[in-house]
Amino acid sequence: MAECGTSDGGRSGDSLDKSITLPPDEVFRNLENAKRFAIDIGGSLTKLAYYSTVQHKVAKVRSFEHSGKDTEQDHEPPYEISVQEEITARLHFVKFENTYIEACLDFIKDHLVNTETKVILATGGGAYKFKDLIEEKLQLKVHKEDVMTCLIKGCNFVLKNIPNEAFAYQKDAEPEFRFQTQHANIFPYLLVNIGSGVSIVKVESEDRFEWIGGSSVGGGTFWGLGALLTKTKKFDELLHLASKGQHANVDMLVQDIYGGAHQTLGLSGNLIASSFGKSATADREFSREDMAKSLLHMISNDIGQLACLYAKLHGLDRVYFGGFFIRGHPVTMHTITYSINFFSKGEVQALFLRHEGYLGAIGAFLKGAEQDNPNQYSWGENYAGSSGLMSTSPELCPTQRVRSGTFDLLEMDRLERPLVNLPLLLDPSSYVPDTVDLTDDALARKYWLTCFEEALDGVVKRAVASQPESADAAERARKFRQKYWSKLQTLRHQPFAYGTLTVRSLLDTREHCLNEFSFPDPYSKVKQEENGVALKCFQCVVQALDALSWEERQLALARGLLAGNVFDWGAKAVSDVLESDPRFGFEEAKKKLQDNSGIDLILGVFPFVRELLLRGTEVILACNSGPALNDVTYSESLLVAERIAAMDPIIHSALQEERLLLVQTGSSSPCLDLSRLDKGLAVLVRERGADLAVIEGMGRAVHTNYYAALRCESLKLAVVKNAWLAERLGGPLFSVIFKYEVPAE
Amino acid sequence: MGAGRLGAPMERHGRAAATSAPLAGEQEPGGAEEGRRRREPLRRRASSASAPRVRAAAEGARRDRPGSYSGSASVSRQRVESLRKKRPLFPWFGLDIGGTLVKLVYFEPKDITAEEEEEEVESLKSIRKYLTSNVAYGSAGIRDVHLELKDLTLCGRKGNLHFIRFPTHDMPAFIQMGRDKNFSSLHTVFCATGGGAYKFEQDFLTIGDLQLCKLDELDCLIKGILYIDSVGFNGRSQCYYFENPADSEKCQKLPFELKNPYPLLLVNIGSGVSILAVYSEDNYKRVTGTSLGGGTFFGLCCLLTGCTTFEEALEMASRGDSTKVDKLVRDIYGGDYERFGLPGWAVASSFGNMMSKEKREAVSKEDLARATLITITNNIGSIARMCALNENINQVVFVGNFLRINTIAMRLLAYALDYWSKGQLKALFSEHEGYFGAVGALLELLKIP
Repeated sequence: MAECGTSDGGRSGDSLDKSITLPPDEVFRNLENAKRFAIDIGGSLTKLAYYSTVQHKVAKVRSFEHSGKDTEQDHEPPYEISVQEEITARLHFVKFENTYIEACLDFIKDHLVNTETKVILATGGGAYKFKDLIEEKLQLKVHKEDVMTCLIKGCNFVLKNIPNEAFAYQKDAEPEFRFQTQHANIFPYLLVNIGSGVSIVKVESEDRFEWIGGSSVGGGTFWGLGALLTKTKKFDELLHLASKGQHANVDMLVQDIYGGAHQTLGLSGNLIASSFGKSATADREFSREDMAKSLLHMISNDIGQLACLYAKLHGLDRVYFGGFFIRGHPVTMHTITYSINFFSKGEVQALFLRHEGYLGAIGAFLKGAEQDNPNQYSWGENYAGSSGLMSTSPELCPTQRVRSGTFDLLEMDRLERPLVNLPLLLDPSSYVPDTVDLTDDALARKYWLTCFEEALDGVVKRAVASQPESADAAERARKFRQKYWSKLQTLRHQPFAYGTLTVRSLLDTREHCLNEFSFPDPYSKVKQEENGVALKCFQCVVQALDALSWEERQLALARGLLAGNVFDWGAKAVSDVLESDPRFGFEEAKKKLQDNSGIDLILGVFPFVRELLLRGTEVILACNSGPALNDVTYSESLLVAERIAAMDPIIHSALQEERLLLVQTGSSSPCLDLSRLDKGLAVLVRERGADLAVIEGMGRAVHTNYYAALRCESLKLAVVKNAWLAERLGGPLFSVIFKYEVPAE
Repeated sequence: MGAGRLGAPMERHGRAAATSAPLAGEQEPGGAEEGRRRREPLRRRASSASAPRVRAAAEGARRDRPGSYSGSASVSRQRVESLRKKRPLFPWFGLDIGGTLVKLVYFEPKDITAEEEEEEVESLKSIRKYLTSNVAYGSAGIRDVHLELKDLTLCGRKGNLHFIRFPTHDMPAFIQMGRDKNFSSLHTVFCATGGGAYKFEQDFLTIGDLQLCKLDELDCLIKGILYIDSVGFNGRSQCYYFENPADSEKCQKLPFELKNPYPLLLVNIGSGVSILAVYSEDNYKRVTGTSLGGGTFFGLCCLLTGCTTFEEALEMASRGDSTKVDKLVRDIYGGDYERFGLPGWAVASSFGNMMSKEKREAVSKEDLARATLITITNNIGSIARMCALNENINQVVFVGNFLRINTIAMRLLAYALDYWSKGQLKALFSEHEGYFGAVGALLELLKIP
């Protein structure tokens, strides 16, 4: 019932190695700027939350002063790049065993610089127990927060901000984890928290939730009764015993009562008629494994049954399960899922959360940070700084038991601007950005993981090359390599670690790792150079196009859009050629496509935009907010547009009259999630009544959105620059995707 | 959740209703079977509501379901005549073979004429004498003398109804006795319900040369309850409830007249638990069931305390203190948890204190027995309450042998139902707790022409 998060499982064993395997400065990062601490102390795990600012380098672009400089000169780049320090907000969450609480508090105290912080918000059953210790060590006043309020706040937060947060679990299925697409509206839902007891809460909105029931038969019953029956002290070991037992030796089954006749009666003989029904005898011994298994079934079935009864009474079909009974344990996720399916006959879905262990800490933090309005922002999981699902699960990593000092981390970046759905999505609730689910497709997974591994050295080289004046670039690049490599290895073994594994998530993880080690934009110089070259060709290209007949011009424009798309340094096939022959480039691309147009934005997109403008079409041109590979960013696009406008009266007047609008997508990825787009873009799309969406690039139109259904006409175009993918899609390398779609009636 | 502050006596327990909790594991999907079982009462509901003929057809189509029996092959002329009187031959038995206990009801005719007595075969006489002159049979068979219903008229015959129980594991001995006493020569029909009617059918036939008439246990249960309620308890009311169940001083067991029995939620607590929603005599459905029942209480008690009988388990429970074992709301919040309106005395985590080694070492077997009883009872109350809410029914009748002289459980059920429903739900109990299935089986026997 009530008590939740007060116990976290029996990992705090005395036989365990108590050394901390991760150096604390890699765990408690960015402490110097940390403020707004919150702590959730359970029965065995502590979760610490703090808000910090991260200073990192960003490549800023700005136009040169025009005074006296002739920008048309051959050796002059079109704009200047300067690397600046930028400060962004980040939430840090650290989970560790209570055993280390004192050592951790000491470390924090030693590294805490910010003295504005006066209080720490605390939740969880252990908050009371450790109150004095915290106050003494940190010199912060402990404010206790209501456990359930924190839990719900945390749950709302992760459901809203982390795509693929919730998943269904199906043992022995491939994949076992079925991640849910994010719903625009997460309410109402049922949260069943299985701590020592069970709490069932109906959540109707951000601030409205109601405790609708509970049960005293929960994790504490499994643990307490299990300890009595099996003389096993630890929760994890009880689960381990249960996973090896045969409950039919202890339970009275339907077939035990009916004999063989259950079949003719249409009854399942394996149904449990009476839990522990066979143990009602003095003259038999029962194995610990069998009793643990029987107990696990009894409790899981009971909770599942009650959850279904409550879900039915309140007309809800989504039930999220949390609490230490569930936390990262495939065994209990399986028995709970089974029970829910059985009792609801498939009408209710049992869902679990990737960051379930952090809900209380997140909620307590949010309560304390209300003046910062954290709920007004969009947040993104930082893959570089987060450990991923089950990083400490002994079921998955048998060696984990001896490495008990492991810390689990979650980091969330505050995004500059709020993200929303593209209003043009046909059905936002069923929209899945990614074309291939690599958790689902072992072959594809293997290919792409290997592909990213093989490309890693090239990325490292480019990163170092992008910062020739930096003394420690090589060292940072080495660390980047190590980090991303280990992420790839984790994903090989646990493809579900960060939600659905996709090419997009692999690319994003790489970007996050690059940023982590201050390689904000390894391609900034390359882009600068390319843009300079392309700008010089712009007028020439436009004149050539204008000379063509209408029909020829349209074909040439389409080719232009595609040719520019070959300049994508992320695609290994192209980068291999480029690295071996630096002179390869424009001419080569033209040959491959037998075309005479140029580089992506300037020679491909702008002429196309110009044609649309000439037709009287208004154009919203959206570029990435942050750098990703060699994609032109929003700020670069502004400079480029300015330069083009100076050359071209059509673009010039369109910009002035706001018939051409440059905006940012909100994304910093080579791919595009149309359910997480910049709010400004979404508003504009709605206001202007956009009726055609052009999505360009392999990342945006093939890896993602290939199957995206929009409410308006759409054009998806890309060159397939990956042999394996080209083959998968049924064509040769460098095949062209030019997909025009009209919404279904 | 629920109160853990009652104190009271004990007894011995129950039968296995074919309840259902799934095992999560390596088995065929349980859901489909459950579905089939559920559909049946629904069909019955629909048909009984509209056309009796349809129902008869449906019954006929149910092969190997209740009602299917084959009478003895050699039926004498005399008996054919008596069958014409639409009254079965003596002895009249109703049998309910559960997972743990066998319940036997026996109708002892008191209006036997001299002519009849003369005609009565020796084995029949001997059975009557054996059953009515003893209160205990073998090592574990017991006649609940206090439940005996006197001066009952059944099928035009006057007599007493006896209630006898023995452990299901003694079934082979029972069948052997039937053979020894030459039951088969009586050409009587054995009407039996419960899972054991199926499990032991072959043994009855091959060892005892007895043909069973197998009957649906839920049908029997409901017919039995309705009948027993209609005849009362030797002039007293069959049904009762508890006033002030949580208060040891003021608690009173009071008769309850089931004037408007429908709709009714029927919770049968045997080894496992079955929950039925009853809308009329032959319109009901099985709502759900749980595997946490009387068998769980007794089974866990055996493991935790080493007790050997249900009576012993209940006796220990009566002397124990469950709050040493359970973690209460006040143990966590220091008092009531006002945010959710939870009283401090409510159990937050059953056996929750047993997570701690020190507390494990500090509890007695009595405390553990008490906590087991409280846990199982509260859980049944909780599920029953949710079913009542979902089915929109406000009177809940608890039956089954788990409740036999188990006042702690009954008072707790009464209190928990009242408290958590804010007085909307009423918990009712019945004197003949575990015998309704057997009574229903007997009533079916009397229907056989």
